[in-house]
Amino acid sequence: MADIKNLENIASQVRRDIVRMVHEKNSGHPGGSLGCADFMTAMYFEVLKKDSKNFTIDGKNEDLFFLSNGHISPVFYSVLARSGYFPVEELKTFRALNTRLQGHPTTAEDLPGIRIASGSLGQGLSVAAGAALTKKLNGENTTVYSLHGDGELEEGQIWEAAMFANARKIDNLIATIDYNKVQIDGTTEDVLDLGNLRTKWEAFGWIVLEMQGNNMADVIRGLAEAKLKTGNGKPVVILMHTEMGAGVDFMMGTHKWHGVAPNDEQLKDALSQLEETLGDY
Amino acid sequence: MKKYISTGNKDTRSGFGVGLLEAGKKNENVVAMCADLIGSLKMDAFVAEFPERFFQAGIAEANMTGVAAGMTIGGKIPFIGTFAAFATGRVYDQIRQSVAYSNKNVKIAASHAGLTLGEDGATHQILEDIGLMKMLPNMVVINPCDFNQTKAATIAVAEYEGPVYLRFGRPSVANFTPENQKFEIGKALMLNEGADVTIFATGHLVWEAIQAGEKLAEKGIDAEIINIHTIKPLDAKAILKSVKKTNCVVTAEEHMLNGGMGDSIAQLLSRNYPTPIEMIGVNDTFGESGTPAQLLEKYGLNAENIIKAVEKVIARK
Repeated sequence: MADIKNLENIASQVRRDIVRMVHEKNSGHPGGSLGCADFMTAMYFEVLKKDSKNFTIDGKNEDLFFLSNGHISPVFYSVLARSGYFPVEELKTFRALNTRLQGHPTTAEDLPGIRIASGSLGQGLSVAAGAALTKKLNGENTTVYSLHGDGELEEGQIWEAAMFANARKIDNLIATIDYNKVQIDGTTEDVLDLGNLRTKWEAFGWIVLEMQGNNMADVIRGLAEAKLKTGNGKPVVILMHTEMGAGVDFMMGTHKWHGVAPNDEQLKDALSQLEETLGDY
Repeated sequence: MKKYISTGNKDTRSGFGVGLLEAGKKNENVVAMCADLIGSLKMDAFVAEFPERFFQAGIAEANMTGVAAGMTIGGKIPFIGTFAAFATGRVYDQIRQSVAYSNKNVKIAASHAGLTLGEDGATHQILEDIGLMKMLPNMVVINPCDFNQTKAATIAVAEYEGPVYLRFGRPSVANFTPENQKFEIGKALMLNEGADVTIFATGHLVWEAIQAGEKLAEKGIDAEIINIHTIKPLDAKAILKSVKKTNCVVTAEEHMLNGGMGDSIAQLLSRNYPTPIEMIGVNDTFGESGTPAQLLEKYGLNAENIIKAVEKVIARK
């Protein structure tokens, strides 16, 4: 049984890491990072079968996770460091010259935990489908996960990958959509209406689940349900309802914090709302 | 002039097909994908032999490129096949981020490159692909000259670890390099030692360069002819060694002058050993419909034009 309280405590520290990293460099994407903090904590502290101390690109016999919306690198780096892939102190180097923690995740700096570069949107579902195919060819009973922004679904390649994964019966793949309904320029409805995502994914042949992404108990429930749906000849997608900026009141309910860093005063305000549970880096 | 004999015309894409099958037999991690062009890419034999290792991508090249990048994670060696136009320009960002920057072991198998695709015309006749691919860090760029060499190159790139762009073509052309040759990535091949001029050629124009060399010999011009099958990494040592002997250069390729092999050689020479150079290639224009021979003639890419360029560059020495 997952210890929900413990996972919530970790997520609180992850959120502190996110706002501190972005504030420090006055650069980065706090909104989506905060919205996905619960999901990413659940993935790296509960769900993924992984070996964080002996990282390999191939991840043989491990579950794999691919971050397709690479701009939410702060939350990725925080959970990777906090779950043991690299030293927590290294979070200080986020976006600095010569860092392994590039603005968007990359394999080019050999940072443990990263298996593909992402940043240019829409590519991660194809990559995850390919990695899942290889897992099947290698006879592994493991699962490949991916995370995507909802705005990212505006990219055509996502739907090429959706068609492919269904046609090739890639049923060891669980894609999650950060369904916060906002993107840089405004709401997804205003920028480019996504329509009915459930019926869209169903029409592409996927098993569609939903969960509340800022409710840890529901995230754990949703991911467990998704895992149960694997192995049935179809890929699985979770529409994860989140709020951009979740956990920091003044960052919620707006698209304005997609890619803007808090100033000193705002940082103080944000940190006052997030308990320091594991010790700041 | 050393004599080269064609054992009969064959297409380079068939060399790829035979090479892919052999690479697949040698290593069970070799897998293949195609964007609805199995017959055109001559991948049929691989598909028949290894149906469980072949993945039809449909007309969705961006996804095919990304899936291939993902398949390398866990040790597969994917060859992705389509026309060169769609294998490069259409999916440049996917190659850039998921393959080159991520340094994935993906082999981009690009057929129907250049003007000799023929009647389909300019939409399909990409002349910019070498430039696009050679600009990407981590990417190896290979353009073999005939059936035998394309087969050998395919086997060699399967054994090489890292992203590769393998360019070949549609028409049947002279097959004159040794059967079962060993292909060394990055090594320029000396075809004829000469003293008066060096002709560097790649792909289909290597045979044209040989034809030119024979006619030049009749005129008393002793041409050194070198096959640059690997455009990146460029064999700088071999190129400089030759040019220091001949002191003038002609380059020949079925590609745009901007960004092609000649461009790379000109850059190398201007930095290290400035030398008169004439370049055979397409000069900043799109192609058009026609037979391969008609197009090579109209755009100045045949033996006759190589001879003219040689005479011009020797006069500039």
